[in-house]
Amino acid sequence: MNKKIKVLFTFPPGMVGKPITYCLVKDYDLWVNILHAEIAPDKAGKLVLDIEGREEDVERALDFLACEELQVQILNGSISWDEDRCLHCGACTSVCPAHALTLDPVDWSLKFDREKCYVCKLCTLACPVKAMSMPI
Amino acid sequence: MHYKSFDEINEKIRRKKAVVVTAEEIKGIVDEKGPEQACREVDVVTTATFGPMCSSGAFLNFGHSDPPIRMSKVWLNDVPAYAGIAAVDAFIGATELSETRGFEYGGAHVIEDLIAGKKVQLRATSYGTDCYPRREITTYITKDSINQAVMFNPRNCYQNYGAAANSSDRTIYTYMGALLPMLGNVNYSTSGELSPLICDPLYRTIGIGTRIFLGGAQGYIAWEGTQCNPSQIRAENSVPIGGAATLSLIGNMKEMSQRYIRAATFHKYGVSMFVGVGIPIPLINPEVAQNAAVRNRDVYTHIFDYSVQRRSKPALARVSYEQLRSGSVQLGGRSVPTAPLSSLKMAREIADVLKGQISSGEFLLQEPVMSLPAEASPKSLEIDEVADR
Ligand code: SF4
Ligand code: SF4
Repeated sequence: MNKKIKVLFTFPPGMVGKPITYCLVKDYDLWVNILHAEIAPDKAGKLVLDIEGREEDVERALDFLACEELQVQILNGSISWDEDRCLHCGACTSVCPAHALTLDPVDWSLKFDREKCYVCKLCTLACPVKAMSMPI
Repeated sequence: MHYKSFDEINEKIRRKKAVVVTAEEIKGIVDEKGPEQACREVDVVTTATFGPMCSSGAFLNFGHSDPPIRMSKVWLNDVPAYAGIAAVDAFIGATELSETRGFEYGGAHVIEDLIAGKKVQLRATSYGTDCYPRREITTYITKDSINQAVMFNPRNCYQNYGAAANSSDRTIYTYMGALLPMLGNVNYSTSGELSPLICDPLYRTIGIGTRIFLGGAQGYIAWEGTQCNPSQIRAENSVPIGGAATLSLIGNMKEMSQRYIRAATFHKYGVSMFVGVGIPIPLINPEVAQNAAVRNRDVYTHIFDYSVQRRSKPALARVSYEQLRSGSVQLGGRSVPTAPLSSLKMAREIADVLKGQISSGEFLLQEPVMSLPAEASPKSLEIDEVADR
């Protein structure tokens, strides 16, 4: 059975050089898609990946990652957008690191590309009318 | 030169013969035919804005209970309202916070709930007098159960406003929204070339007494807005570069619609209110037509650094609304995403609704009874060192 997960890695400063994605692909035979990467040599780095593979490979990879010196957070759930509440103001668009939220340049309505979203929840704080939320 | 009076235009509106276009539509017409011809062909241009405006609120008169009470403290759904006026009058300010729910619910939410027709809990206390013996009351009101509900917004419709960014190393939460560290984003708040005072930069037709669309009802410009700053530096096209004139607005809240008045919470900042405003500009002469044809590329503002917690924030760059609208600007040597806080989509809807109301003869123009000030600058508040000890 195949399994697909979304994972947020936080690297401590100084360890950004480690080829995590390479290991996931090579040693665990996983299909990896980089959704977001924020890496600076002297700062904590952030990496968000879509990881897909056979269920047992995904599990083994997570065990391997748990032993490494980085923080691993599986991003569960999805953000919901209440279109009826939305004012299309755009306040959420400039905080979205995944470019999942954009304003249509023609009719200026909000567009939400759920595929790109990696559930960082920044938009839920930025939206003044709570149109973006994380259902619990 | 072709000149028209308000009366002539109103006569055409009454006969449903007036030609009305939005401020976005007039630009092409002026480009193509020139301001003289545009003024001959078009009678009214509609402008609009739908943004968060903190300086908003409403006067309410609850009617008298039996035995009567001289309300000295008033709460609406646990949000304090100012009752230091007559016995059963109060003012609910949009940014006042609930004493039980904090940032989740404030005066703007009370206003939105009343407009939506919801029941709101009224609680009041008093010291009791010979003529007003009652000392406490708790009951429910709706907009229909009370005498008056008059929206009064001391400062709305900023002519132009600075954009915001943050150069510090942490996210800051402001009335200009969430500002990401290291100049991670730029937020701005105006409908630009569709905005009322951008399209009438010298207040030739918009003044005190002008009838407007306010939150879905017909309202009026009551006065210059607080902190009105018409002396702001201006570009060649007369449009001020940055915050300038403001308007104070009044209208019957009972006739408003929740679609155009929406409560908002800015994370870690507080409560505000989105206010939908539409203002007609009669094309009384070609100059007015020329001004209304202004484009985003010719309207400028500054980006200010909101991480500096002082009255005067340093300006980081000067940008046009065309650049801001493009989705990114160059700042600190790289491309930074931009986002509006005011909804252009809703502003367009309002400009269209107002256009429809004028075309169908429902909305007549009111000539200003007095002009907005041509010159004024806001004063600052100096701290008296003795008093501040
Ligand atoms: S949670 Fe919101 S801000 Fe974060 S990636 Fe998804 S849409 Fe963008
Ligand atoms: S911030 Fe909220 S209301 Fe504004 S566009 Fe985004 S989801 Fe819609």
